[in-house]
Amino acid sequence: MSTGPVPKPIAGTSSFIDDRIGAGNFLKRNLRKIFPDHWSFLLGEIALYSFIILLLTGTFLTFWYKPGMNHVVYDGSYEPLKGILMSEAYASSLNISFDVRGGLLMRQMHHWAALLFIAGMMVHMLRVFFTGAYRKPRELNWIIGVLLLTLALAEGLTGYSLPDDLLSGAGLRITQGVAISLPLVGTYVSFFLFGGEYPGEDVMARFYSLHILLIPGILLALISAHMILMWVQKHTQMPGKGRTNKNVVGAPFYPAFMAKAGAYFLFTFAVIAGLATFAQINPIWAFGPYTPADISAGSQPDFYMGFLEGSLRIMPAWEINVLGYTLPLSVIIPALVPMGIIMTGLALYPFLEQWVTGDRREHHIADRPRNNPHRTAIGMSAITFYGVLWLLGANDELSAFFHISLYTTTWFGRIAVFLGPALAYAITYRMCLGLQRNDAAILGHGVESGVIKRLPHGEFIEVHVPPADDIAAHMRGKEAIPTIAAAPDGEGIPPKGLRGPIGRLRAKMSETYGGEKIPIEEHHEEHPAISPADDDKSLTR
Amino acid sequence: MTDNTNGTEQPDERVPKRVIGTPPPGTPMLGEEESTEVLKVPGVSLQDPRTAKKGERLAALCFTVTFLAGIGFIASYVAFQVGDLDSTGVSNLALGGTLTLALLGLAVGIVVWVRMVMPKYNLVQERHAMASDEEVRSEVGETFMQGAQESGITKRPLLRRTLLLATAPLGLAPLVLLKDLGPLPETKLRHTVWDPKQHGGKELRLVVEGSGQPIRAADFNSPGGLLSVVPEGYEHDLNALSKATLILINLRPEEIKSGTNKNWTHNGIVAYSKICTHVGCPAALYEQSTHHILCPCHQSTFDATDGARVIFGPAARPLPQLPIGVDGQGYLVAKGDFPVPVGPSFWERGDAEAEVREKGGQV
Repeated sequence: MSTGPVPKPIAGTSSFIDDRIGAGNFLKRNLRKIFPDHWSFLLGEIALYSFIILLLTGTFLTFWYKPGMNHVVYDGSYEPLKGILMSEAYASSLNISFDVRGGLLMRQMHHWAALLFIAGMMVHMLRVFFTGAYRKPRELNWIIGVLLLTLALAEGLTGYSLPDDLLSGAGLRITQGVAISLPLVGTYVSFFLFGGEYPGEDVMARFYSLHILLIPGILLALISAHMILMWVQKHTQMPGKGRTNKNVVGAPFYPAFMAKAGAYFLFTFAVIAGLATFAQINPIWAFGPYTPADISAGSQPDFYMGFLEGSLRIMPAWEINVLGYTLPLSVIIPALVPMGIIMTGLALYPFLEQWVTGDRREHHIADRPRNNPHRTAIGMSAITFYGVLWLLGANDELSAFFHISLYTTTWFGRIAVFLGPALAYAITYRMCLGLQRNDAAILGHGVESGVIKRLPHGEFIEVHVPPADDIAAHMRGKEAIPTIAAAPDGEGIPPKGLRGPIGRLRAKMSETYGGEKIPIEEHHEEHPAISPADDDKSLTR
Repeated sequence: MTDNTNGTEQPDERVPKRVIGTPPPGTPMLGEEESTEVLKVPGVSLQDPRTAKKGERLAALCFTVTFLAGIGFIASYVAFQVGDLDSTGVSNLALGGTLTLALLGLAVGIVVWVRMVMPKYNLVQERHAMASDEEVRSEVGETFMQGAQESGITKRPLLRRTLLLATAPLGLAPLVLLKDLGPLPETKLRHTVWDPKQHGGKELRLVVEGSGQPIRAADFNSPGGLLSVVPEGYEHDLNALSKATLILINLRPEEIKSGTNKNWTHNGIVAYSKICTHVGCPAALYEQSTHHILCPCHQSTFDATDGARVIFGPAARPLPQLPIGVDGQGYLVAKGDFPVPVGPSFWERGDAEAEVREKGGQV
């Protein structure tokens, strides 16, 4: 079957472009670029498409939003607030909701897309972490990802404040309370950010320019870099049949992957539009205008700030006064330490792992999480740490819902934040080994076929059949985690770099972290009793 | 396009006759590979024609749904006006519903197209190590050093050092420019508008937040009562409110413990700062039976009968107490400012409570 000529309009345009920038060479190499397939590779795309939707809906909102903090008397369509004194920012947010057709939809879509953006980044990051897809050569892209997540939190925080309703104002107040508690520079940071005393009249305009220009600009640049690096380095693939560290197996960019990605964008778009239609979010008119004198009970931040809220809530009241200066530990520890641990830990992990395993090779085959038990356990314990803090960010709701004393939930959090991660580590590690054993058993002994067979001497056995090719190939994709050679040489001197306390620690960690915990042994001797019975080879291999 | 080889013109019935100006059929458009017979490449398995036909119909149905929903969206925009809660809700439902349906139709249609019409792919592409060859690396290194030498930056220290010197202040300039973002804190955080000295000795009345009514002590006489209070004349000054807002509590005199300064109360009425000493949320919840004040943000809990000392939660200091009394007409007024800074702790604050105690005062 011939493909036929390229239609004239397309041929003409592409000739025009090729004559000028030589795009043909690029397209020759890239039109049929292969993209490996796995459901988990689509998680990052949720974030990417949510970002595009954020740009679209956000631009719509800027056409009406006014970042003013001067007081105006509300004169819009929403009856209950008529005649109330409020900031111009809040009034314009109400106008977008009640006086612009589709305004409420766009506002709700923007908010839902923001939640999905950050949630998408988080699950994508977890996927990359648990499959070891951050390993060489992808460390740079991993760090870009960590930066993106941090920036996205800042972007969310600034955007959350803009409607200037009572709920968002509470968030802003907490932000200011944290900023002012910073040692040495706190009051200056607060006065510079707010143009004087809190809340002042400047912060909306400042947050607005950060929210619509500076941070999204950086996000856009970093996302582009993230995409380019992914494109240049080619996507990792799951272990499987015919897949090696030297190839990519999958569908071509044009036409299949392109169409699938387009459809996926539309699905994301549709889900966000559907949520904005059927699931109300942030009904700002119900909260009223912001005043520092008021608050409503059960004030919760958006989900991505929940872990900071929780860590503030479970912190005991520690404060140090030295030489006339105050160190409000009960604020700065919960505000900076969990975030610091998580973000720094994420950024350094690829390098720490390299340091421990001594592995400097390129990796393009993703690990199955069970095949690197310590990494998976570390990840799960980080999730537990984050999750406990996050849960405790809503301890008042938990307390009300489950009828537990509020202080009991706080004490639970104080203990669980340490105990939970340790427990998660141990359980995950054991589960990984169990799953590895399971894989080894399937490869070694086959899958239970459900066929019961009676042997000539009367014994009943269940016939095991070899696993399906693709599943077996997927399981065999496992390889031992490298360790650094720590054994002392002939004269009992350990290798260079492993001497001294840090070196010994490194050797110890390498030995624990690396190696093959449950080796796959494909012994063909199925079942001792079945081997002699050669009448059923097809079932027993 | 790039190489217009005048290949053989294949008399193929399905291909229309060649149009002048277009390449002949079968001409490779983008280099040599994959020009013809694309669909017989190994790793590309064609769909069964019946499935493909079914897929085409299904996708067409989805696209039609999108078309109709798109028209519905535009119609909804025209038909449904916004304004009150109900009409806005209807408009939101109509616009959002049609938009969702339109997007969903398009998405499902494309997926059907990919899965039922397009072939199944299992193509393989080679990877190449990311690192360049050793040769390339050393060549780049040489070129770099050659350029550096040609530029003279390595052997002319005067040039190099003055260049660094020149850029240093420029790098600082943006930071300097940010100085006018705000005034310096000075002692602003130590005073509130309650201080009579700010008003030439005039003692500000306590007024109810929201209504602005001054409070006659005799009227606020039921023990267990609670009011949120702001300074008269500053009801809408958010900067003032963020420090000066009070909770006014009526306690039985015998309930008041030593932590509370009794001289600053009036007939069992005691005023504490409403701004939480943790991160500044209004500590707005009050439990009458226990006299506990609870901040809803992070659940710091204060004992109203005992100088609002902390009994639970992350706040490290009690809510400061405001000295109150009554004016000639029996209205509650502030007799002075808070003895210590209100709200969240900050670096320069120091142990203000201890300082007050040293001077013989009570916090």
